[in-house]
Order: sequence, then structure tokens, then C-alpha cells
Amino acid sequence: MISLVHYLTVAAILFIIGVYGVLTKRNIVTILMSIELMLNAVNINLVAFSRFIQPEVLTGQVFSIFTITVAASEVAVGLALLFRVYHDYDTVHIDKLNRMRW
Amino acid sequence: MFNEYALHHAWLIPLLPAIAFVVIGFFLRKSPVLSAFLAITMSMVSFILSLGVGYGVVVQHITVEHPLIDKIPWVDIAGLSINMGMYIDPVSALMLFIVTLVSLLVQIYAVGYMKGDDGFGRFFAYLSLFAATMLGLIIAVNFVQMFIFWELVGLCSYLLIGYYFHKPSACEASKKAFMTTRIGDFGLLLGILLLQIVFGTLDFAQLTIAIPEYVQQYGTGVLTVAALLIFAGPIAKSGQFPLHVWLPDAMEGPTPVSALIHAATMVVAGVYLVVRVFFLYSMLPNVMLIIAWVGGFTACFAATIAITQQDIKRILAYSTISQLGYMMLALGVGSVTASMFHLMTHAFFKALMFLAAGSVMHGLHDKGNIFEMGGLRHKMPITFAAMTIGVLAISGIPPFAGFFSKDEILLAVSEVSAPLYIIAVVTAFMTAFYMFRLLFLVFCGPEKPENNPHEAPSTMKFSLIILSIFAIIGGYIPHVYHFGEWIRFGDASHEGLNWTIAATSMVLSVLAMALAWLIYGSGKVSPDRLAMRFSTLYNVSYHKYYIDELYLWLNYTFVRGFGKILYWLDLYIVDGIVNGLAKLTYRMGDELRQWQTGYLQQYGLILFGAILIMVVWLVITAPISMASLRGGAY
Amino acid sequence: MDDLVYTIAFYILAAITIASAIGVVTKHNLVHSALLMALCFIGISGLYVLLQADFLAAVQILVYSGAVAILIVLGIMLTQRRSMENTNPNSGWPRGAAVVCALLFVVILIVIAATPWHYSSSMAAQDTPSVLARLLFTDYMVAFEAAAVLLLAAMMGAIVLAKGGEEK
Repeated sequence: MISLVHYLTVAAILFIIGVYGVLTKRNIVTILMSIELMLNAVNINLVAFSRFIQPEVLTGQVFSIFTITVAASEVAVGLALLFRVYHDYDTVHIDKLNRMRW
Repeated sequence: MFNEYALHHAWLIPLLPAIAFVVIGFFLRKSPVLSAFLAITMSMVSFILSLGVGYGVVVQHITVEHPLIDKIPWVDIAGLSINMGMYIDPVSALMLFIVTLVSLLVQIYAVGYMKGDDGFGRFFAYLSLFAATMLGLIIAVNFVQMFIFWELVGLCSYLLIGYYFHKPSACEASKKAFMTTRIGDFGLLLGILLLQIVFGTLDFAQLTIAIPEYVQQYGTGVLTVAALLIFAGPIAKSGQFPLHVWLPDAMEGPTPVSALIHAATMVVAGVYLVVRVFFLYSMLPNVMLIIAWVGGFTACFAATIAITQQDIKRILAYSTISQLGYMMLALGVGSVTASMFHLMTHAFFKALMFLAAGSVMHGLHDKGNIFEMGGLRHKMPITFAAMTIGVLAISGIPPFAGFFSKDEILLAVSEVSAPLYIIAVVTAFMTAFYMFRLLFLVFCGPEKPENNPHEAPSTMKFSLIILSIFAIIGGYIPHVYHFGEWIRFGDASHEGLNWTIAATSMVLSVLAMALAWLIYGSGKVSPDRLAMRFSTLYNVSYHKYYIDELYLWLNYTFVRGFGKILYWLDLYIVDGIVNGLAKLTYRMGDELRQWQTGYLQQYGLILFGAILIMVVWLVITAPISMASLRGGAY
Repeated sequence: MDDLVYTIAFYILAAITIASAIGVVTKHNLVHSALLMALCFIGISGLYVLLQADFLAAVQILVYSGAVAILIVLGIMLTQRRSMENTNPNSGWPRGAAVVCALLFVVILIVIAATPWHYSSSMAAQDTPSVLARLLFTDYMVAFEAAAVLLLAAMMGAIVLAKGGEEK
């Protein structure tokens, strides 16, 4: 019998993979993708809660829709930033962008 | 009917000029005709209202003991309640009358005097503001209202002295006036705060009752300090020694301003303040003695300076200081009646003399040195007549106004202290001397060909004539109609003239006139030779006892010296601490910046590590342990 | 029987999702990563189906596997001009990151296991699009409008950023 705990575990694994990606990958595109993974993990959580805790009202799903909206905006702005960075610094590697020190 | 209305709407008297100020200041500044018209109309209505107030005071038997008080709360919080309102008694009614009258006449005069000036509208806006604030000061019900308007009249004084702001000397003079009076205002503020601390109220009516009880219970120690601090305000505002230095310089302002503010009204605010809080001073004989001596000394001191001055307005300025000293002297010997009487007559004849002086300068294209004038009586007969009346009035020649008020003061002083009486009489002699000196030098003698004088325009003549009438009858009529019955503190003062004193001062005045004629009128004795003969005295007087130089020197030596000490302290102690802190911060930053690698992912790693530690720490220290969570009921 | 099918389906979908997610962060070729990400999103939409969130499953495929994946591929295309080999390198501190991630995962698992969940036995809502629509346009009206404004702002921001300022 598959329960809430299974879904939460899958979401946790997905989230941790996303965190790992954000912390280790040099390419900004991959980092964006990892962030998407994290957001999806959260969405799975929301939908699973909605299904197992309060299936009759779909509040969790509504929140997922908003999360998806925000994620879509984030990708758009993130990619625009990426173009800007690429245009100005001629790189997409985040470890080259260390001017914020000192 | 009308007096009823005027009494209960006395707050309109300051409000109307305030409206004029706002309207002129914002809308009519560019239009000389409209701004003058509005300012004069508002002053006229104020004057009529204050006449109504005066009449109402008489008809409704409002006395010093039973004033009409009307007030509304302004600040009302726990432990502090401040009202705004009006305090109408014979004294304030008299002041309202004087201020509105002089202000009205000066504004009419200024229409002619300031004609063609670029700042015409601005000038009338300031005059209206001054009238509003001065009238607000007069009807103040408590120290706070008094202080607010006190500062505002100081501001107006500053603005009007610096009216010709393009002249550096006017800027300097306005700054000097503002700074010097600030010293006194600071003392006044401290005194007011002290009273608030001691009594918990600043309301005049409540203090009138509270102070005698307090004195009976606790003595006069604290009150003496408070009274002296408060007296610092009048010392500065009314040009008493040693803070008189700003008043002669204030003559940089236009002459109507000198007449209105620096002769007739604002400078007597100090006298009025002491009168208003006489319930405090009358309890403190030591402070009264100090006031009397400050006043007497100032009177004599300023008169000796006035003798040698050459600028017509400066002579009048020192004369004003001297006469203010007279008023303070009268207060110090306990005669509110004499002081207020002299305040009124002085307002009339000094405003008259200033306006006449303004007329002379207007006719001579702003020339001020009296030795360059002469023989003006032919070309300027009205001005000559007005100035003569003013000089006769200030010299105490009967039946002109000054005779009665001066006599009252001399009488009051003679009853208290012989040395002060002698000082007052000597001052009166010198006053008559330098005033006739001015009159003879300006109007008599041969005409100077280089001058091309012309008589003043009609608006100026109108004001001169009206003020002349007041300078003639302003002493006799109140004397006959029992001035002292109304304007007094405590019991009504004595009536009638003391002929010994009156005759003494009269004879001395005539002698002074004769002496002045001998030296300056007929030319029998050369003034230059006299100056050579008594060169030390002459120089000391001419340089105003070197007070300005002394202040400069004091400023230079002590303030600079003190400043040097403070500079050292600042450089090595204060800055040392600050720089040390800065250095410490810098060092710490230098160490800490090694941590700032600029690698975002490193930051992210630390962020997640920190979250991890926080979560673990929260779980460990949580009030509900993991075990209880596990076993807890759903 | 249904249970068994459900269980098998869950494990397959979970395996697809997690495996492709691992692929996203480990593949050296950026294009492979992007494609695996799309696959991962499809797996997640399958999970939504299992959770009886049919509308969300459709949205997931449309928005993520469709729009977001394509945007990402476009981003890759516009920035990577040379060979795609080794375009997705590691940086910094993979070991430290791995340790932190592992610990974080343990903590999350403990929290999941320790939390007393209140399961509900009622049936899931049928016909979710109409229920969601009613919720969105009644209770969450303000949030919905705010999301609309956010999208507009994001669009303008993206245009401004991508277009670039005036070079002086």
C-alpha cells in the first residue's frame, strides 16, 4: 500500500538532488534546472498532502498551480539574466562570476 | 455692544495681520498697491478692535485683579497642559492700543517711505507678521504662548533688520541681533522650564495664586534663580546692558522698522514681560534691586554714548536703550504704573522722532550724519515741527508727554533710592542735551549747499502729524484721567505731581537745552575744541565704551582659546576613540573579508549547512522530544 | 489487484523520476541533462495521475515538459556555441556538498518518519478542473490576480534584461 510517506520520500530525494545540483554545477543552466527540480519536489509534496490529508478540498493543488506560475516566471527571468551574464562576461560558469568578494 | 464683541473676539486682533501676512506673502507680493492696502486695512481693523477692547475694559470694570481670560487647550497630556488664549486686563489693553496704533501709522508712513522699493510687498508682509506676533505676545495667557511669540517677534526683527539683505552690513546686523537676543532667550527658556518644574503650570493666572503661597512655604531661593533667568530675556530683548549691542546695529533696517520694532513695540516686550510676571518679581526684593540697577545703569550708560554719536539713527537708538533703562528702573523700584506710562509716551515720541529722522534721511537721500545736515527747518517745516515736539517730549518739558511719565518715574525712584535718583536725573539732563544737539545740528544753522532736501510725501506727513498729537497730549490726558487707577500692580499709586522733582528735572532740561544751543546752535563754543579738550572721555563715548571691541576680544581670546582646547580634545580624545573604532572595524573587516570568496555556491553550501545545524539544534532543544512526537496521540 | 498495480506503477514512476533527476546533475553533456529533465517532469506528472490530480498532471506536461524544457534548451542553444562535450562540469566543493545534502536528507527523512500524519479516508474530488476553477476564481481571486501581475512583471523584466541597457 503506497502511503503519503512514500510520496514524501520521493519528493525529499528529488529535492536533495536539486540542492546538490545547485551547490555543485558550474553551468548556470544546470543550476536553473536543479532549481526546477527542487520546485517540483515541493509540488509533489503539496499534491500528496492534498490527496492524503484533505482530499475533498483541493487547496494543495491550487497552491501547486501558483508554484508552477512562479516557477515559469523564474525560468523566464533566470534565462534573461543568463543571456545578460553571457553577453557581458562571455561565460555561463558561475565560478567566474566572483566579483562580489571583498 | 461693540466693546462686548471686541472683548470676546480680541484674538482677532493678532489674527487679522497674520491673515494679511499669509495673503501678501503668497499672493500679493508682486503688487505693491494691493499689499499695502491689505496690510493697512487689517491694521486698521485691529486698531478699531483694540479701541473696542480698551473701551470694554473701562466699561466692564476689568481690572488688573480681575482680568478677562479666555483660552482653549493646545497640548493636553498627562503632567503637561498648555493653553492658548487671551489675557485681557488694562495693561494688555493699553499695549494692544499702543502697538496697533503705532503699527498702523508706521504702515501708512511706509507707503511713502518705501515707495519704489523692490521688496515693497515683502516689507508689508513682514510688518504684518510682526504686528501679528507682537499682538499675540501681548495677549499671551501663559509663558509658553509668550515664549513662542517672543521668539517670533525676534524672527521678524531679524527679517526686517536684514531687509536690505544685499548689504553686508545689514546681514551682519541682523545676525548680531538674532544671536545676541538668543543669549537672553536661552535664559528665559531655562527660567520658564524651572517654573514648570516647580509649579507644574505656566499659566499666569494660576501662578499669580501659586507663587505667594509657595514663597510663604518654601522661601525665595529657587524663585530668585528662576526670576533672574527670566530677566535675561528682557535684558537681551530690551537692549539692557550688557546685551544692548545689537540695538544700535539694528538701525540697518529701514527707518519705519526702526520706529515700529526697535523703538516703540518689540524692544518694550521685555518691559512688558516683567510687568506681566510682576507677581513673581514683586515677591523678590533682591531681584527687583538688580533690575533697578541694571535699568539705571543702562539708562545713564547709553545716554553718555548718545552724546557723541554722529549718525541720526544711532543717536535715537542709544536714546531708546536709555529710555528702556528708565522703564526697567521704574519696574525695579516697584512702579508698574510709571513704567507702563513711560512705555506709552515713549512709544509715541520715539516713534515720532524715528519717523521724522526717516523723513530727514528720505529728503537727503539716505544721508545719516548729523554734521552734514543743517538748516533743514526751511525746506522741511512739518518734519522740523514733528522732531521738535518729539525732542521736547523726551526732554521732559511740560506739557509734552514725556514730562508726566518721566516725573512719575523720578518720583517712584526718589522714594526708594537716592543714588538711583541721582543717576536718573543726570540721565534726564544728558537726554535733553543730546536731543537738542541733534535738533540744532539738523534743523538750525546754515543750510548746506550740497544737500537738496525736499519735504516728505503726504502719507509720511500724515503719520508725523498724528504721532505729534499723541506726543503732545499722550502725557497730560492719561495724567488727568487717573492712569494709575488702571495700570498698576497692587494698590493704586499716588496721584498728582511732586513739584520739587518736576521743577528740578524741568530746570535741568532747560539748562541742557541752553548748553546744547551754546555749543551746537549758536556756535559760541566749538564742539571740536571741546572734543579735543576732553579727548579721552570723547573717545570712550564715541567708541561706545569699546563694548563691541571688548566682545570681539573676549570672543577672540576666550572662545578661540576654549575652542583650541576643545579642538585638541576633539582631535586626540574624541577622534582618537572614533578612529580607534574605525581602525578596529577595518582590521576585523580585513580578517573577515577572507571569507568573502565571491563564489555563490560556497555561500549556498554554508547556507544549507547552517540550516542543517539550526534544524538539528531546534529538534534537540525542542520542548517536545522526538520520542514524544512518535508516541504522541494523533 | 488494483493495489498491486498502483504500487507497481508508483515504483516505476518514482524510479524514472529519481533516475532522470540524478542524470540531470551528473551528465556531462548539457543537452542530455535538459532532456533528462523533461523526462523527470513527465515522471512527476505520472505521479500526479496516481495522486488523482489529473488537471495538474496535464499542466505539468504542458508547462514544464513543454514550455520550461524548451526555454532551457533555447538557453543552452544561445549560450553554448562550441561542442556540447563536457559542458556541464562540476565546480567547487562536490564532497562538502554531498555531505551536507546527505545530512539534510537524513534530517528530512527523520522529520517525515516522526511526524504523526492525520490521514483522511474520504474519496478524492472528481472532476478537478471545475473544482480548481471555482477555487481560483472565488477564494484565491486575489492571489490569482497577483500571479497574473507577476507573470506580466516577469515578462517585462525578462525582455528588459535580455535586450540589455544602452551601452555607454
